[in-house]
Amino acid sequence: MEEKFEPKIAAFVCNWCTYTGADLAGTSRLKQEANARLIRVPCTGRIDPVFVIKAFENGADGVLISGCHPGDCHYNAGNFHARRRWTMFKNLLEFVGIDSTRLHFSWVSASEGKKWVSVVDGVIDSVRAKGPFTQFKKLNKEHEIPVQTGEGVSTK
Amino acid sequence: MKIGVFVCHCGENIGRTVDCPSVSKACASFPGVVYSEDYKYMCSDPGQNMIKQAIREKGLDAVVVGSCSPHMHERTFRKACESAGINPYMVEIANLREHCSWIHDDIPQATKKAIDLMRFAVERVKFNTPLQTIKVPVTKRTLVIGGGISGIQAALDVANAGFEVVLVEKEPSIGGHMSQLSETFPTLDCSQCILTPRMVEVYQHPKIKLLSYSEVENVEGFIGNFKVTIRRKAKSVKEDLCTGCGLCAEKCPIKKKAFSEFDEGLSNRPAIYVPFPQAVPNVPVIDRSVCTYFKTGKCEMCKKVCGREAIDFAQQDTFITEDVGSIIVATGYKLYTIDKKPETSIYKGYGEYGYGKYKDVINGLQFERIASASGPTSGEMLRPSDKKEPKKIVFIQCVGSRDESKGISYCSKICCMYTAKHAMLYKHKVHDGEAYVFYMDIRAGGKNYDEFVRRAIEEDHVNYIRGRVSKITEEDGKLIVKGEDTIAGLQVTIEADLVVLATAMVAQPEASKLAQTLGVSYDKYGYFQEVHPKLRPVETATGGIFLAGACHSPRDIPECVAMASAAAAKSLVLFGSDMLEREPIVAKVDESTCAGCMYCQKVCAYNAIEKKEIRDRQGKLIKVVAYVNSGLCQGCGTCNATCPSKSVELIGFKDDQIFAQINAFAEV
Repeated sequence: MEEKFEPKIAAFVCNWCTYTGADLAGTSRLKQEANARLIRVPCTGRIDPVFVIKAFENGADGVLISGCHPGDCHYNAGNFHARRRWTMFKNLLEFVGIDSTRLHFSWVSASEGKKWVSVVDGVIDSVRAKGPFTQFKKLNKEHEIPVQTGEGVSTK
Repeated sequence: MKIGVFVCHCGENIGRTVDCPSVSKACASFPGVVYSEDYKYMCSDPGQNMIKQAIREKGLDAVVVGSCSPHMHERTFRKACESAGINPYMVEIANLREHCSWIHDDIPQATKKAIDLMRFAVERVKFNTPLQTIKVPVTKRTLVIGGGISGIQAALDVANAGFEVVLVEKEPSIGGHMSQLSETFPTLDCSQCILTPRMVEVYQHPKIKLLSYSEVENVEGFIGNFKVTIRRKAKSVKEDLCTGCGLCAEKCPIKKKAFSEFDEGLSNRPAIYVPFPQAVPNVPVIDRSVCTYFKTGKCEMCKKVCGREAIDFAQQDTFITEDVGSIIVATGYKLYTIDKKPETSIYKGYGEYGYGKYKDVINGLQFERIASASGPTSGEMLRPSDKKEPKKIVFIQCVGSRDESKGISYCSKICCMYTAKHAMLYKHKVHDGEAYVFYMDIRAGGKNYDEFVRRAIEEDHVNYIRGRVSKITEEDGKLIVKGEDTIAGLQVTIEADLVVLATAMVAQPEASKLAQTLGVSYDKYGYFQEVHPKLRPVETATGGIFLAGACHSPRDIPECVAMASAAAAKSLVLFGSDMLEREPIVAKVDESTCAGCMYCQKVCAYNAIEKKEIRDRQGKLIKVVAYVNSGLCQGCGTCNATCPSKSVELIGFKDDQIFAQINAFAEV
């Protein structure tokens, strides 16, 4: 189990730049590792810091946030708000006890399919090198907070 | 909730690396899923019918389709579901093609990922709510900003379709840079001859309200419903009384103090002036910065000679508001100047070309004026310093353009063509003259464009030298141009009488300010940004605001005209219906929990959030809450993430929808 660790990456991406950039990577058949799961939001400005904490809580080993380049935001300024938010939030993350280097931030435009692949693979490699993220799972165990799994049973 | 799951093979595209039947089988065991099926082409008619049939037979409330990107077929599946009786917003797409099958090779891994993506979508759809598209009325009028060829074309197209147009031009006359040109490439037809009839048509058009010498001050509202404040600068002349006889300008004693903008500084104009004889409207304005009356309180010569008593020294700037449904921005370009720039500028000047201090080093527009029959030399080829005919002329291309050391990395696109034209015009007027062109590459893409450049070289014997000019100095009335010929591998020195620089096209200096007023994006050079470089090239990210011409990027006249017509067409599409339908992805405030801190208002880029007072029956204020104007809201959700009490939610991307996806991550 330990030697074949495959990290789970939650990626929050904006609809207009990075999601479309990831679409372009697909259309261009650019191969990438299969560890990331994308969650589409309209804008990086929509991403609440709680999303990141929840993702770690639900077993993500790393989180990637990606949106439009500064100045290119579809909503004029959403990515600027996101950027400011993460500058503040990184410190808070350490305070909560999450290694902030597991949180990655990037700008990938709709035309940067190639960049998207290198970003995703880079994040996967970096998290793989760090090993599994266990702090939250331990916490859950200690305080016996059941992990929320929706209304039904797992298919695993 | 009864959820139906449909997994598409996309022929082989998904099916090759994702085991679709297993995905469909796995999905069947997800809580809430009552029906699960896979099919070769879900987007085909039989595929869509399969979905419709399942909706009717199984009584589905929600549908999840595993297929290509939602950007591709979300609308298709939403429509299909709507026709079978479920709300289109109860449909979720899992992207199994672009984000899975096409980017992975390993079948078990890709299949597992596909199942995860389906689970995300299934969990999300449980929190979807039926939504109705938002309908807003459309004001069927267009505001065109800028009266150059792009603005003129856009205004005429919209007006000829039967809709009212307000055309705002900051100069005293419409016409723009095109009115300054002598002849146009590649046909060498006279620019004014083809432009002025259009200008007159604008002026006489019953649907066009022309506001010259005016500027857009403020823009409020949203697509279909803009409220625009326009500053009408004081002309000091009553437009309705003036007949355009020109006597005032003739008698004005100020003759030498002001340079003519129209002649690019090569001639003088009086304090009261019309920019050029064919100006539209043909109403003069007083330049108060040079007028004797405004400086000393004496003179009033123009007032004395005006038989119509149209001169009004007391006139003030006035402000008017116009309601429009769409805005076409056509503010055009400026030419880069080689003078020394301040430290703060992104551009640098050309010290090696003398920072513009040599009188006989001119730019392309100045050459146009010299070559033009309506210009300061009446079309005679005479250089500015001593009014002698230049026998040797050097044209230098890419001055600023494609020169990152000067701050501009882009190609200005039109210079190769107009330099060839200039060289031709020169040779046609000075038969024994020699013309040299220094170029980096010749970019003459376009119908009959390359043939035109060949004509300059082969028929008119213009000497093209591939290489850059390193220095220009002045000696005894001659300009010593030092450069290199990279093909011959030689240093070249030419003693020229006149040097013409093909300086870069740059955005108008006030473009970024206007962009902020309009709420549209712009690039680092100040050019306005389109939504999609290929498929939506004239639309901005702000609905209802379109771009035309060189305010978007360097382009020539035919391209400006085409873009202007496209922008007009986009406006007309908007006017095709009385009510505007838009996606209901907007923010909404829960007034019961909102504390009125208004953080949401501070982060909103669209001024869509305002304060709302809640009062009791007696009119006593209970509390102040945030209110989202759903017409203005574009649905970015920044307010949602900012709200400390989670009282504002982005419909369609609500917290519980996203948390459902994140929670499903536990089972990845």
